Amino acid sequence: MRPAWSIIFFTSISGLGFGLAAWLVLGFVDLTNPEHLLVVGVATMALIIAGLLSSTFHLGHPERAWRALTQWRSSWLSREGVLAVLALIAMAVWGLYYIRHGTPPFWASGLIAVLLALTVYATSMIYASLHTVARWHHPLTPVCYLMFAASSGLMAVLSVLAVLGQKIGAPLLLATILMVASAWGVKIIWWQLAGAVGSGSSLATATGLGDLGPVRSIMPPHTSENYLQHEMGFVVARKHAAQLRAIALLVGGVLPMAALFLLAAAPLVLTMALAAHMAGIFIERWLFFAEAKHSVTIYYGDAH
Amino acid sequence: MTSLPEPSAIKLGLVIDLDICVGCQACVVNCKEWNTSGYGAPLSDENAYGENPSGAWLNRVHAYEAGTGADARTVHFPKSCLHCEDAPCVKVCPTGASFKRAEDGIVLVNEEWCIGCGLCAWSCPYGAREMDPSEGVMKKCTLCVDRIYNANLPAEDQVPACVRTCPTNARHFGDLGDPGSDVSRLVAARGGFDLMPEQNTKPVNKYLPPRPRRVADDTPVSLLAMAEDATPSGFWKWVDSTLERLG
Amino acid sequence: MPLNNALKKSVNSSEPVVDVSPEVSDEIRKTTCYMCACRCGINVHIRDNKIRYIEGNKDHPINKGVLCAKGSAGIMQHYSPARLKQPMRRVGPRGSGEFKAITWEEALQTATDWLEPVRQTDPKKLAFFTGRDQSQALTSWWAQQFGTPNFAAHGGFCSVNMAAGGIYTVGGAFWEFGAPDWDRTEMFVLFGVAEDHDSNPIKMGLGKVKGRGKRVVSVNPVQTGYAAISDDWYGVTPGTDGLLIMSLIRELMFSGNIDIDYLRRYTNAPWLVIRNPGADDDGLFYRDADGNPQVLDQKTGSAVPHQTRNISAAMHGEISLVNGGVAVPAFMLISETYMQEALSPEAVSPKVGISAARIRQFAADLAEAAFSREIVIDQPWTDWKGEKHEKMIGRPVAMHAMRGISAHSNGFQTCRALHLLQLMLGSVEVPGGWRFKPPYPKPPEAHPKPAGKPNQIQAGRPLAGSPLGYVLGPDDLLLDPAGNPQRIDKAYSWDAPMAAHGLMHMVISNAVAGDPYHIDVMFMYMANMAWNSSMNTRGVMEMLTEKDASTGEYKIPKIIYSDAYSSEMVAYADLIFPDTTYLERHDAISMLDRPICEADAVADAIRWPVFEPDRDVRGFQSVLLDLGARLKLPGMVNDDGTPKYKDYADYIVNHERKPGIGPLAGFRGNGDRSGRGKPNPGQIDQYIDNGAFWHKDIPEEGRFYKMANMAYQNFAVEIGICDTPQPYTFQIYSEVLQKFQLAARGYGDVQPPKHLREQIKKCFTPLPTWYAPFEEVAVCEDKFPLYALTQRPMAMYHSWGSQNPWLRQIHGHNPMFIAPSLAKKHKIVEGDWIWVTSHHGRIRVPVAIMEGLNEKTIWTWNAIGKRKGAWQLEDDAPEVKKGFLLNHLIKELLPPKGDGQRWLNSDPVTGQAAWFDLKVQITKAEPHEPKVSYPQFPALSRSNGVNPKPQKTLRYGIEWTKQFKKISKANK
Ligand SMILES: Nc1nc2c(c(=O)[nH]1)N[C@H]1C(S)=C(S)[C@@H](COP(=O)(O)OP(=O)(O)OC[C@H]3O[C@@H](n4cnc5c(=O)[nH]c(N)nc54)[C@H](O)[C@@H]3O)O[C@H]1N2
Ligand SMILES: Nc1nc2c(c(=O)[nH]1)N[C@H]1C(S)=C(S)[C@@H](COP(=O)(O)OP(=O)(O)OC[C@H]3O[C@@H](n4cnc5c(=O)[nH]c(N)nc54)[C@H](O)[C@@H]3O)O[C@H]1N2
Ligand code: SF4
Ligand code: SF4
Ligand code: SF4
Ligand code: SF4
Ligand code: SF4
Ligand SMILES: [Mo]
Repeated sequence: MRPAWSIIFFTSISGLGFGLAAWLVLGFVDLTNPEHLLVVGVATMALIIAGLLSSTFHLGHPERAWRALTQWRSSWLSREGVLAVLALIAMAVWGLYYIRHGTPPFWASGLIAVLLALTVYATSMIYASLHTVARWHHPLTPVCYLMFAASSGLMAVLSVLAVLGQKIGAPLLLATILMVASAWGVKIIWWQLAGAVGSGSSLATATGLGDLGPVRSIMPPHTSENYLQHEMGFVVARKHAAQLRAIALLVGGVLPMAALFLLAAAPLVLTMALAAHMAGIFIERWLFFAEAKHSVTIYYGDAH
Repeated sequence: MTSLPEPSAIKLGLVIDLDICVGCQACVVNCKEWNTSGYGAPLSDENAYGENPSGAWLNRVHAYEAGTGADARTVHFPKSCLHCEDAPCVKVCPTGASFKRAEDGIVLVNEEWCIGCGLCAWSCPYGAREMDPSEGVMKKCTLCVDRIYNANLPAEDQVPACVRTCPTNARHFGDLGDPGSDVSRLVAARGGFDLMPEQNTKPVNKYLPPRPRRVADDTPVSLLAMAEDATPSGFWKWVDSTLERLG
Repeated sequence: MPLNNALKKSVNSSEPVVDVSPEVSDEIRKTTCYMCACRCGINVHIRDNKIRYIEGNKDHPINKGVLCAKGSAGIMQHYSPARLKQPMRRVGPRGSGEFKAITWEEALQTATDWLEPVRQTDPKKLAFFTGRDQSQALTSWWAQQFGTPNFAAHGGFCSVNMAAGGIYTVGGAFWEFGAPDWDRTEMFVLFGVAEDHDSNPIKMGLGKVKGRGKRVVSVNPVQTGYAAISDDWYGVTPGTDGLLIMSLIRELMFSGNIDIDYLRRYTNAPWLVIRNPGADDDGLFYRDADGNPQVLDQKTGSAVPHQTRNISAAMHGEISLVNGGVAVPAFMLISETYMQEALSPEAVSPKVGISAARIRQFAADLAEAAFSREIVIDQPWTDWKGEKHEKMIGRPVAMHAMRGISAHSNGFQTCRALHLLQLMLGSVEVPGGWRFKPPYPKPPEAHPKPAGKPNQIQAGRPLAGSPLGYVLGPDDLLLDPAGNPQRIDKAYSWDAPMAAHGLMHMVISNAVAGDPYHIDVMFMYMANMAWNSSMNTRGVMEMLTEKDASTGEYKIPKIIYSDAYSSEMVAYADLIFPDTTYLERHDAISMLDRPICEADAVADAIRWPVFEPDRDVRGFQSVLLDLGARLKLPGMVNDDGTPKYKDYADYIVNHERKPGIGPLAGFRGNGDRSGRGKPNPGQIDQYIDNGAFWHKDIPEEGRFYKMANMAYQNFAVEIGICDTPQPYTFQIYSEVLQKFQLAARGYGDVQPPKHLREQIKKCFTPLPTWYAPFEEVAVCEDKFPLYALTQRPMAMYHSWGSQNPWLRQIHGHNPMFIAPSLAKKHKIVEGDWIWVTSHHGRIRVPVAIMEGLNEKTIWTWNAIGKRKGAWQLEDDAPEVKKGFLLNHLIKELLPPKGDGQRWLNSDPVTGQAAWFDLKVQITKAEPHEPKVSYPQFPALSRSNGVNPKPQKTLRYGIEWTKQFKKISKANK
């Protein structure tokens, strides 16, 4: 699948935003100072909105994007949109309540955190629900998305704490390191498992000609590349994929963890660590698309 | 509504005979010709005279080879939307632009609602949907819904453009929901099959397999030998006796 | 299946409502397609005076409603940015493509000034060659009136072997001459056909045959298209079909599976042939004093004229002749020739590339279909001798063949062999077999002989006959007193005695070499000779720009060319007549010319300006008539010197070849006469009202055995095809060929030059024969082990489809297809580039791999490669960068034999270009070499007045879509 930058940005940045928001409502940052609440709150929502907005960049008709909220009963994309809007509203309400009445009741915060998690889950299900991309159609796909939202959110929490001058406890540091480690751990498992089984589709089933012997494509329908080949025929070479995976792990996992372990919890260090983590996620997301093969490529002669 | 309607009793679709298709591309181009100024936005083309000309098409013909060596067979393979019973492209659509008609099962895109997100194309295992490069809306085979019911066309022309134009008659149109229809009978008689059944889309369109060929080195049937012995003199005996008979 | 529940409201109320019954068009204009030469009927749907949709015309005899890919893309051709816009005169050097616009008056005056002196001094210094011409009745008449013998269309490089092989054997050939009986045949056999001109009818026919569950067989080194759907595919080695066919004949004879009665009645198999070795009549027919060929009456044992009623002619026997020697039925020679051990399946198998067992299987299938599935139609009929027959007997084996067997140097004889096979099975012009389309059958004797002997060419006078025709022996050759060719292309000389269609591929090469002479003006129409229709394309481009060192003038001093588009050839002309496109002009698809008749009906058709041209262009035929009038050519001017015809439409209606017979057979007289009748001023309108065609059924009794059927012969006279009945007998044994054979042996007044004698002895055998293709013999097998072929892509027409944005998405470049075994041997994988080398040149091309190939064969699509700057394509178009022509490897001459002769790479009988004799080797390109096809040529200048910057994005029909309506409303 062709990795579109708008989509990569959308999934990773909104993941970061939702993750951060979830940790915020769960009280990982002291927001009693209304200024802090405002700054952190707005920044978080800005991240989410930036992510959502970028997702409209690849649309043919962004002006009609509102229509995407209508089909929540069947479409994960629609659900994602609806949930994102609900989450944003809930966060705003949560913030207002905070300002008026102080810390909201835990059940409400918990519910909002669940809503945020569901939103990320919905994002992941846009991909995970597709039978056509065997690699994505795996139970661990949503887990990866959730884990990275959580880990990047938690990394962001550390940065926020440092910037606000709040104390960062060793348990939190350790938890973050563990979170990052397990997110990448799940990803490594996903890399091993996802797509290994395949969809069962092959040129034999795609053409129904398997009984005649091995099937090969000898002439594409058109000699010039079409939309389908452009959009779904993109595959990164295996050699490059392996290299990129290593870089993603190094930059997005090893580097931030090492920073948390070894360096002082200074704002600059933590922000750099977050940036590294996000860079890793970007690469991971790029690979998520670039390594995925769509069943339609079978028709174009891809052996699968 | 993007949810699928209850399966309709009438299931309109195409039956494509792989035993007859010669890969001439007539259906491909006539489809483009009918549809470019028909249903919805034109089927546009980019780089029309340049390096990588690329446009939206609703039907494409592949060429495959099956088998090896002397037994290998070339098979031309037309492919357009299969109007699936369980159409994932309809379910994933966030706007409701992609829908399946409740009355006849035709899967269509309402181009005025379509946001061009491309998700339906991702969900279609067959590559039956293409984004229009210039209008930014999703294009797909309409089963010529603007022909098959079109009262402005003579009755015999109320068939899809690709079916009407196919020179070999490799394309058939009809109601696959009615077991007694011509198309259903054809499917039953010829062992019509689904593409990628494992994708669980339940396509309405069916494909008829190429008829089996005689294996290359089958033992030859003996010539219907009329000559008593295969020698020149035997041949002349046969000629003379045949002439005798004919007088 | 019409659905009657029209305009139903959706069950689900939230479902969008679709307008399922929109208005389609304002009007339908019916005309004839010309995206290729098949000439299907089309309905052009018009909206706001623009094309809304083009579909096939259901009533049309050719296509019955279907339309191919090219025809469906006509709209893109009609709006092509490569359409020429106005007459032009060259300003830059030849080949640069630099022109200035001129007026029609200037253009026509220039041409007149060039041509008038030629006509008044030596008319043969005009070579008028008309390429893919569908108006040969007019163009050949024009050449004749001008006085030059140097006229032909493209048949010589296309498929004259097929045409001549057919005419000389059965009085017709495939495609325009005949068609399989699709509705009745039990077995349909295709030899070497990828697409052919009968594009839609063959596909419709294949659909019918397969739909009825009957066997389709393809003999072709490559398994694409039609071969892909065959029930049996025989991957023959190129150039060996003759051997295969003769082996099949042998098997059929030995097993007694031949139709003796048919051979005796309808062919010359029983005719007596003189056996008198060493005498000048050896091998000629034994005739009586009136010239009637004789047969041996089985009962009396004496020779009687073959037309004698109620005799049984012997197929076996011998009589002694008073003048010495004996005479035997030709059938005995046939049996001696084809029952040899050398033709057994085992013997031919290694060469042919098909196992002996499969050859036997093939023969058995033919026998089974022909004899075990005999068709009997209860239709009494009377034959030419007056004998009555109660029934029509069918041998339901039908065949079709084309360039795969004809584009070889042994093609003429292979085509004859194929007809012999059909005749052996008794399957020509019978139910279920292969049938003629009127005005065929028509034996060579019924055609004119070519004119162009020295006394037939005179300054300022018309040629004393038609430039093209059929020779009946050495005496008919067009030679000067020294025995040298009279024509520039050497047609009807000893190089190509039975040329029939001329040798267009030799015109430029000969004219530049001055062999046999130099010319002054080359006038061409509709032929891309500086590119895909030439052998040795680079060489031809050089020849066209070659100058005489002493005068500094081009070796071909003046070139006039008519094209409709900015093709490669345009750049090599000095004066351009821009033509209209097919929707903008009048045309006649005439029975006098290249008809569209069907086996059961006569038919003709027109084109008419469905749109008026939006540029300063004129239909070429009208321009030709104008030019003819300016040159005061007889028949083109009135007595007072004024032009006789206003334009081509006027000519179509009013020209009479003979009183009452004109280009169109329909709606003559007062509009109610068919075939014969005085010119009808309302004729074209009546055609338009009738869907642009006319058609008339042949009476039931005349539908089969047309060559011998009096009901058909009388119908042919009535309709004006001939003036008297012309029944005839199929010529298995060709006396015409034997006359050339005798000349080569040293008999007669007109004898071949020494260097050609052995070749003529070998190739001009009176019975079909096989010899190895010339190039194969001339080059070293180890060095060039492979055959390289081209095929027509169904969705592209030669060079002119590439300007069509829809078709060029399908075929934007062409790979070279090779077999996996070859790929393995050379360590080549899909997407690699290779060098392909012949004795003449080399090209670098991309590769694709396929299994369905004869192992010694590689192939590619024809005419996809384009020259930079042509066709208004951008410089980086895939056609330029990755597309290629095989033509760079094919030379018009064979490698020199050291005797100083220019040996043609053509069939020695007809001069047919031997495109498919090409032998090559391949090597893998080096990794550092650019992935760009080689050779590349400098870009042609685009300063030729056509649209310099074509649109990037096409959105055809946007003005009629909902979105657009909304936007335009918003704009207001
Ligand atoms: N390698 C290889 N070469 C081959 C062959 C092969 O099999 N292999 N086949 C050969 C054969 S059989 C043929 S017939 C030739 C064909 O080759 P060509 O005779 O060159 O045929 P085209 O490329 O179709 O077009 C000829 C010209 O006609 C012009 N034209 C198109 N429409 C019109 C019109 O309406 N009016 C006018 N005035 N001009 C028009 C086109 O622009 C083009 O320049 O190619 C030959 N070349
Ligand atoms: N779509 C389309 N239609 C066309 C044309 C076009 O350009 N495009 N061109 C028109 C013209 S001008 C012509 S002349 C006709 C030609 O129509 P065809 O006769 O179909 O000509 P080709 O496409 O050259 O295909 C020749 C076939 O012969 C096979 N062949 C080659 N050598 C041998 C051999 O030795 N033995 C056998 N058995 N087979 C062999 C090749 O593999 C190929 O399949 O098509 C006409 N129709
Ligand atoms: S038009 Fe018919 S024969 Fe041609 S490609 Fe389409 S289905 Fe096949
Ligand atoms: S073929 Fe593809 S586009 Fe058509 S209904 Fe099925 S899934 Fe949808
Ligand atoms: S591209 Fe259009 S039709 Fe397809 S899913 Fe998106 S909105 Fe729906
Ligand atoms: S049914 Fe209509 S829209 Fe669909 S492929 Fe055929 S012509 Fe195209
Ligand atoms: S075969 Fe195609 S291009 Fe040729 S005349 Fe017929 S419709 Fe036109
Ligand atoms: Mo041709």
